[in-house]
Amino acid sequence: MSSRREWLVILKRALRTPRGYIGLTVAGLVVLLAIVGPWLAPHNPTLTVTETFGTPGGGNGLLGGDVLGRDVFSRVLAGGRTLLGMAAAATVLGVGLGVWLGVTAAYLGKWRDGLIMRVVDVFLAFPQIVFALLLVSVAGSHAWLVILAVGISHAPQVARVVRAAALDVCERDFVKAVELYDTPSFRVIAGEVLPNILSVVMVELGLRFTYSILIIASMAFLGFGVTPPAANWGLMINENRIGLVVNPWAVIVPAGLIAVLTVGLNTFTDAVARASLGVDRPAEEAALTTPVQLGLE
Amino acid sequence: MTDVHEPPTTVAPLLSVESLRVVVTGTGNDVVDEVSFAVRAGEVMGLVGESGSGKTTVALALMGHTRRGLTIDSGKVLLAGDDILVGKTDLRELRGASVSYVAQDPVSALNPALKVGTQLREIFDAHPDVRPPEGGVDGRIADVLADVRLDSVERVLDSYPHQLSGGQQQRVMLGMAFACRPKLIILDEPTTGLDVTTQRHILETIRTLCGRYQVGAVYVSHDLAVVADIASTIGIMYAGRLIEHGSVAAAFRAPAHPYTRGLLRAIPDPSRAHVLEGMEGQPPRPGSRPRGCSFAPRCSFSQPACLEGFPLPVAIGAEHWARCLRAEEITVLPPLGELPERDHSGKREGTAPLLEVKSLDAQYGEKPVLHDVSLDVRPHRCLAVVGESGAGKTTFARCLVGLHSRWTGEMAFGGESLSNDRRKRSREQIRRMQYVFQNPYTSLNPRKTVGQLVEQPLRELLDINGAQRRERVVTALEEAALNAGYADRYPDQLSGGERQRVAIARALVVEPELLICDEVTSALDVSVQAAIVELLHRLQVTRGLTLVLITHNLALVRSIADDVVILRDGLVVEQGQTVLDNPQSEYAVQLMADVPTLSVAAHG
Repeated sequence: MSSRREWLVILKRALRTPRGYIGLTVAGLVVLLAIVGPWLAPHNPTLTVTETFGTPGGGNGLLGGDVLGRDVFSRVLAGGRTLLGMAAAATVLGVGLGVWLGVTAAYLGKWRDGLIMRVVDVFLAFPQIVFALLLVSVAGSHAWLVILAVGISHAPQVARVVRAAALDVCERDFVKAVELYDTPSFRVIAGEVLPNILSVVMVELGLRFTYSILIIASMAFLGFGVTPPAANWGLMINENRIGLVVNPWAVIVPAGLIAVLTVGLNTFTDAVARASLGVDRPAEEAALTTPVQLGLE
Repeated sequence: MTDVHEPPTTVAPLLSVESLRVVVTGTGNDVVDEVSFAVRAGEVMGLVGESGSGKTTVALALMGHTRRGLTIDSGKVLLAGDDILVGKTDLRELRGASVSYVAQDPVSALNPALKVGTQLREIFDAHPDVRPPEGGVDGRIADVLADVRLDSVERVLDSYPHQLSGGQQQRVMLGMAFACRPKLIILDEPTTGLDVTTQRHILETIRTLCGRYQVGAVYVSHDLAVVADIASTIGIMYAGRLIEHGSVAAAFRAPAHPYTRGLLRAIPDPSRAHVLEGMEGQPPRPGSRPRGCSFAPRCSFSQPACLEGFPLPVAIGAEHWARCLRAEEITVLPPLGELPERDHSGKREGTAPLLEVKSLDAQYGEKPVLHDVSLDVRPHRCLAVVGESGAGKTTFARCLVGLHSRWTGEMAFGGESLSNDRRKRSREQIRRMQYVFQNPYTSLNPRKTVGQLVEQPLRELLDINGAQRRERVVTALEEAALNAGYADRYPDQLSGGERQRVAIARALVVEPELLICDEVTSALDVSVQAAIVELLHRLQVTRGLTLVLITHNLALVRSIADDVVILRDGLVVEQGQTVLDNPQSEYAVQLMADVPTLSVAAHG
């Protein structure tokens, strides 16, 4: 195995395991649906086209009508893109911020490590959703604010994980070797530390994406970050739960999609994590690289 | 100082291994193949090879065990006539009771959460059928600890492993191994990581116990000198095969395989400063072994017939054979014959010291590590700082380069005073003094190419453009005996020796005056070590480089150093040019006496 692009090697290795390809396929299908959905919607998702809570079939469309008589099928198709887009943006923001904090704390050490991590600990004390809700309820319900809130609420957890991984790398001789040349800290971090914790960052990206979807969907359920009548899976669940008995599909389908997406993503992330740890390594590689661990049996 | 026990020749072997083959599960590539040997009761056999040669795989197979991903494919392991690899053997019964194992690292083999006494008693819970009669367990444990010469039995039994020294822990492991009075004991590098004095005591204990209880032993090691000390017969492994087998005396005095000969020529001798001869190339990996002799590509004796099939054993004398077509020619050559004494003329001499250290005191946390260390490093010479683990020699090196800043005292480099804090040293001071790390597996960033790695110091320390940098990278690589083609490769595509050359090239690229080498060969095999030592010596002569060599290996010091400083517990015990020839202090005399040697080979 060459180390040219460790993250690519790990991705490939993860995709060779059943966990990896099943997870990615499942999640990929939902993501694809969310992306192309808005173009495929047979009706305008915000206009009333059928009877309120119309049962599926007949003139009511594939999945029937919702609380205002809009076509559920069209709203399902249209309601994923913003949700996933917001989740992706929040993830990138949160992981980016977390990696920066974690690596800086680990590399600089001493009082700066203490300072950063104590602040992080304070933020960790708030449950993520509570923190995000707090921010949004104070500053208003804008999509960008939801992204910001969710992103910031991820950062402390990412920072903890990344710091632990980076601490190990910072102790390695190759980092000391470069420090001996009086290299500025940011170059040591960018050139020596970061490339060696990429696998951890990848796992964090997958994991936090899953969480982002859940939190943003939950916030949409509560009415934050989306402006009705725009379609959104989270919002749809809230709007249609009063008609659960009449047309359950208006709730089941969006909820199911969120569930399938998160389970698929999580499975795939798990495969990536295992691949980066070497759990699913081919037998030969394992035999030739694992040190003997044998006491008196 | 080495005594060779002549094995009793009439006794049937206790352990007999026949055509053992261990393969990688799935691919079927052999890791070990065609290994056959025998060990008699009371005899110690040394199993020697460099890393990856399959020696540990063979040792584990003697207990019917393999590492994850490996399978014993075929062959027999007969213990007192019974094949332990055949299904009916209860391996749980066997292990610990009939065959016991002593691991290299007692720290990871002993359970840190249980007291030593508890762990010793556990052995008899696991093997009730060999348990001494009621009430005898404590007596047996006391006997066992007395056997391995652990004093104050009560205290040891009541201690946790971390409360004992490394030597004591290894004695506990030995005691555990002998507790059930096994027939065979397997020792996997049990003294690696111990000081020479402790090592010598442990070796004596093993030898005495094997003789007293008529236990057969297989002693796995990469260190030929240690094996020469303890074993009566020796098997040398190369690329998964046993390539030479015989009595230690025969194999070392008249090696019949070119690889054995090469190993002997690569090992420094503490009593004589001869030039070392490394072996080029590296052994083939499992799955890519040639059809013919696997050593042929590296062998200076090879001929076309060597490439056609793996040679069959050629008998040289009683119980001495080698798998080499030309064994009979090679065995009559004197093994160290034409290796010349090291020539120290031709080196430039300077008068004023390049580096002066005056009353250096250093602390690690609250713990003082160095006390009042004063020494001069003279230009163009090689100063060796020698000491056992914990003597403070690595801290000393780190103080010099500024990796360790908690010290007081004075340090002057080329007349200028050096600051504790690396950041307060000028770029020029940093450039002139370079440091090579101990372990080339951790000192190179795995995500960078060799070219990028060697270029790093140039970027940080000199203001020259890209083309000039590339030119100097190529020059530095060539000086470290690597060609320009290496620049695009990644560290994980290189062998340990090549990695260390890259590390040396990275130090050379800024054209330093002083090179500080911290145990630079201790992570490498002997044949590679020899090549690195020769490289350092050549650089010293051709470039007038000044070397500070930090090492625990006295034989190596003998081979390359001009001046020697012996450290013990942070204090300079003795220093000068003639420390090894004519040690004055009691400690230095003791050290010299405890170094295992290959004197069988040299003075045979």
